[in-house]
Amino acid sequence: MAAGAASGGSAVTDTYKESRTWLLMPAWLTLSILVLAPVTMMLVYSFLTKEFRGGVIWEFSLAAYDQFFFDRGLFGDEAPKVEWTYILIFWRSIWQAGAATILSLVIGFPTAYFIATRPEQSRPLWVFLITIPYWVNLLIRTVSMKFLLRDQGPFNDLLINIGLIDTPIHIINTNFAVQLGLFYSYLPFMVLPIYAAVERYNFTLSEAAADLYASKWVTLRRILLPAVKPGVIAGCILVFVPSMGSFLAPDLLGGAKNFMIGSLIEEQFKGNAGNWPFGAAASMILMTMVLIILLIYARQQARADKVEG
Amino acid sequence: MRNLMKISTAALALTLGATAANAEGKLVLYHWFEYIPQDLLDKFTAETGIDVTMDTYDSNESMLASLKAGAIGTYDLAVPGDYMVKIMADEGLLDTIADGELANKGNIAQEWADPSFDPGRAHSIPYQWGSTSFAVNRDVYQGDINTTDILFNPPAELAGKINMLDSQGEVMAMASLHLGMEQCSNDRTQLKDLNAMLTAAKANWASFNSDTAKEVLVSGDAAVGQIYDGFSAKAREEGANIEYAFPSQGYVVWMDNVVLLKDAPNRENALKFMDFLLEPENIAAVSNYARYASGVNGVGAFVDPELAKLPEGNPPADAGTPVFIEVCNAETQAIYDKIWTNLKK
Repeated sequence: MAAGAASGGSAVTDTYKESRTWLLMPAWLTLSILVLAPVTMMLVYSFLTKEFRGGVIWEFSLAAYDQFFFDRGLFGDEAPKVEWTYILIFWRSIWQAGAATILSLVIGFPTAYFIATRPEQSRPLWVFLITIPYWVNLLIRTVSMKFLLRDQGPFNDLLINIGLIDTPIHIINTNFAVQLGLFYSYLPFMVLPIYAAVERYNFTLSEAAADLYASKWVTLRRILLPAVKPGVIAGCILVFVPSMGSFLAPDLLGGAKNFMIGSLIEEQFKGNAGNWPFGAAASMILMTMVLIILLIYARQQARADKVEG
Repeated sequence: MRNLMKISTAALALTLGATAANAEGKLVLYHWFEYIPQDLLDKFTAETGIDVTMDTYDSNESMLASLKAGAIGTYDLAVPGDYMVKIMADEGLLDTIADGELANKGNIAQEWADPSFDPGRAHSIPYQWGSTSFAVNRDVYQGDINTTDILFNPPAELAGKINMLDSQGEVMAMASLHLGMEQCSNDRTQLKDLNAMLTAAKANWASFNSDTAKEVLVSGDAAVGQIYDGFSAKAREEGANIEYAFPSQGYVVWMDNVVLLKDAPNRENALKFMDFLLEPENIAAVSNYARYASGVNGVGAFVDPELAKLPEGNPPADAGTPVFIEVCNAETQAIYDKIWTNLKK
């Protein structure tokens, strides 16, 4: 993860050079069986003709991509216009995932900083504490969250009992509930890489900045943040990407009223639609988008490294 | 004593699960979640020595998708709803039960012996049947609930407190009844009306959820919930002050059926299990658990007397006509899919 990127450099001597091919085999096998093969299958399926009620007919077709980008009316015989439905669904997903990422960053950064500034021997304990809730299945955690947040749930009861509010705050089945659910689901992915980056940060740099009359805010912005940036960006990507494709939180906490990309794709395979090529096409478009985001990040990193170097 | 030993051995084998090799063989079920009591499976194992393994699904469509994606040949039996039996038969996913293969076939109640979705019961036996309508929290609303307006054009007290089933078939069928149109109508004006009506109605809905359709009524998250009759009865038993509606416009009736799957790995055992389920005592145990009716003769002595009295199972005289969900053709289904996506975009 970020650790590798930051410590940098490759080993000068290659101890296992002779057996390299064999040692890399497991990685190659995993990659080709679990990544390449499914992605290739998806790519192929997205260009096939849909079979009624699921399945594909082995004939080349662009219908899936056409459906995604062009609106031909309810009956499919009007002049094509730009189809906004799916773009809207994608935009909503990006927005929700973005909000969840920012929430995670706001809570995750101070948490990571806190852990990294504890005495060295107690840090593993804090990291351990962060991961404990994640030993429980995601579905169960999401359902529990629904129980906690509901109008007559413990959260609202507590706020009413201590006199903070009179009527329950309506959270469940709103966009905010979805963001909260995503934030909670993926928080450790934000905390851990930032923690790894802050832990390696040389705190004497902050002291030096203070000696030179930098305010705390300036120290944070100009000294600490640039130093831990790779960790922050890695954390953001690790939260943003799975959030985009998630469908548990939107279904359970958001009331499934509005499709997110994940639920749209799920519907093509598990719902009435049974339109496998369209599901595959939507997945490919999602993946392409994520890849572009990652490429932009990688290129900027490379440029930044060049400027620094 | 020997019997007792046999039972405990069987129970042990069941606990050890699929790993325990058993001379009598196996049976692999693909079933809805929470739809068969474990005791009944244990009883079958005790009687026959056949180990039962069960996977569960949460919608007819997801079951179909997983069978088509390659799970066919893994399972012996599945439990599709009425319209899905027809779809699966059309897709060639079902094996035919020859005459005389089921000893208890005669136990099937007359009205369910030759249903439109499986003429002559060539592939299936009845499992449970019931209705889908909606239940209303009587603390929140005291007015007349026997109208589909409650879902699609609700009174102010109920607006924003409605949970719909997250199932295209159920929602579309109810919406068609509301507008008084044929299901799967391919009339353009009617389809446009359907689209417009649903889009407008959505503003009053809180959520789409099937898995927790019962829980949202019990917890009070929803004041109205589109729901199956048995789930409504269970929600009442769990303390929700709800009443199940029988809209004058009509409501959905359904029957789940045990079907013999094509390429069933344990065909013989599957037939034994079907015969087992056609014994009144056994299928009554399912009814007592799931709170639905069975479609098998002679269950009267075995079902919970409370079950016969359930308001969910006794439509009032002025209730509308119950209808099965219909199977649309490819063209109309494509438009239904568009309406559904429109609704949830």
